[in-house]
Amino acid sequence: MLKRVHFPPSILPYILVAPQVAITLVFFIWPASEALYQSFLLEDAFGLSSEFVWFKNFNALFHDPIYLQAFGRTAFFSGAVALLSMSLAVVLAGFADRVVRGATFYRTLLIWPYAIAPVLAGALWAFMFNPTLGILTYSLELLGVDWNYKLNGGQAMGLVIMAAAWKQVAYNFLFYLAAMQSIPKSVIEAAAIDGAGPIKRFWTIVFPLISPTTFFLLVINAVYAFFDTFGIIDAVTQGGPANATTILVYKVYNDGFVGLDLGGSAAQSVILMVLVIAMTVVQFRYIEKKVEY
Amino acid sequence: MVEHRPFLTFLTHLVMLIGILLIAFPIWITFVAASHEAVRMTQVPLPLLPGDQFWHNMKAMLLGSGLKGTEVTPVWWMMFNSLVMALSISLGKIAISIISAFAIVYFKFPFRMGFFWLIFITLMLPVEVRILPTFEVVANLGLLNSYAGLSLPLIASATATFMFRQVFLTIPDEMLESARIDGAGPMRFFWDILLPLSRTNIAALFVILFIYGWNQYLWPLLITTDADMTTIVVSLKQMLTAAEATPEWNIIMMTALLAMLPPILVVIFMQKLFVKGLTETDK
Repeated sequence: MLKRVHFPPSILPYILVAPQVAITLVFFIWPASEALYQSFLLEDAFGLSSEFVWFKNFNALFHDPIYLQAFGRTAFFSGAVALLSMSLAVVLAGFADRVVRGATFYRTLLIWPYAIAPVLAGALWAFMFNPTLGILTYSLELLGVDWNYKLNGGQAMGLVIMAAAWKQVAYNFLFYLAAMQSIPKSVIEAAAIDGAGPIKRFWTIVFPLISPTTFFLLVINAVYAFFDTFGIIDAVTQGGPANATTILVYKVYNDGFVGLDLGGSAAQSVILMVLVIAMTVVQFRYIEKKVEY
Repeated sequence: MVEHRPFLTFLTHLVMLIGILLIAFPIWITFVAASHEAVRMTQVPLPLLPGDQFWHNMKAMLLGSGLKGTEVTPVWWMMFNSLVMALSISLGKIAISIISAFAIVYFKFPFRMGFFWLIFITLMLPVEVRILPTFEVVANLGLLNSYAGLSLPLIASATATFMFRQVFLTIPDEMLESARIDGAGPMRFFWDILLPLSRTNIAALFVILFIYGWNQYLWPLLITTDADMTTIVVSLKQMLTAAEATPEWNIIMMTALLAMLPPILVVIFMQKLFVKGLTETDK
């Protein structure tokens, strides 16, 4: 952590860490403690007075069927996004690993959705599946499927899952490709000489060897689906129809800024913080094992 | 390639092409929609091939004679706002992270680990989970509707600090020893040795952070109420809402195209740095 050879103590290091620490204190620690404090308060409807109510806000949340549903929905949403985008990515990476000519070309064309903002990704998919105009809605109609994500909760969920997964394929693809390319060729060749076909080789050699990447990506994708998909939801469904796509992050925003339920929103923030901390711990335990100093 | 299997090679290219089609289809549709007249975009089925209004629409949008019935801020101005925000976030993050990593790795001073953990905590507090209180803090400081308010709260970065720390740890101790023998002080060492040695890492990080900054949505949405301060990504959402009443999809999709163009160009033209940045910061 510290260099064996280092500079003698002076005022300089404090000056160097000062900007980062100042911003952390003002914009991270202060608001977070504020959220923690507010989560124990109950404000009246006009915001004139507030009362310290201990865990009442949390208690109310855990007895609120809408909140509990949002919890389950978020879990389902994250799972679906991770599964869809990771399986698509592993298939593409598996084939891309075989490509000798044109590999860069394929890679370039596969990675650019990473650069697209979630809210734009949402807008694109909402446009393609627009109930009256959408080009895919039209195709579905020809197939006899009645599509209206603004009325049908299941379809709305499907749409945000697709948009979120589409954006994340690029990231997963890059990591899977790097993992596959780092597998020694001799192992694969030995298996081929023993008569294992490509599919058998994938399941018995490649897949086990990339499992650390799979685990890492699971955590990253879960974090992505939990927090970074806010823009997609806001652009496509605004949490509707009838809360069918209200995930936890969206609910914090909605209850706080639209519903103005400060205590409840703060309590939700605190629960989310606990979730992030848990995910970060899992992620770091894993990374510490992978990286050797 | 391990063995010669013509069919498998064919299948490989087929799967790659299907993958690319799947990935590129939404972008293609956006491009097509942006190149037609407004009237054509209300007739089902919508076109699959581009029309001839692309440059016309682009000009209309950039100069701000775009969507009817909304406040007309020219798109080029919103892109400028986005650019200022993206650059201040990415450069700010790099600047404050590299000096704090330098302090933590190269100095022994009281509370060193305390500062390190304080920075580490920011990793666990994404904007989304502390929106309301952070908004209050920024409002109290009078930073609403300002570039400082847009970028400052997003500038602290644990990941960037970790990455620089990692880079510095790989630099051999002999560098510092010889620099000190030659009489270089800490800042001299920083400017003349550390900074040049971490040049590629800075560039790779910049690519990732630029995309991150440009694509910010929730934060600018909350703190910019003034139409002149809106970023292009936020304005697209407002257009989508307006589209319920007047669906001018050609204009909306043109804006979407302009909003996604800069980060896409960055990814395509700095692909090597992008991949390096992505895999080394581990998010």
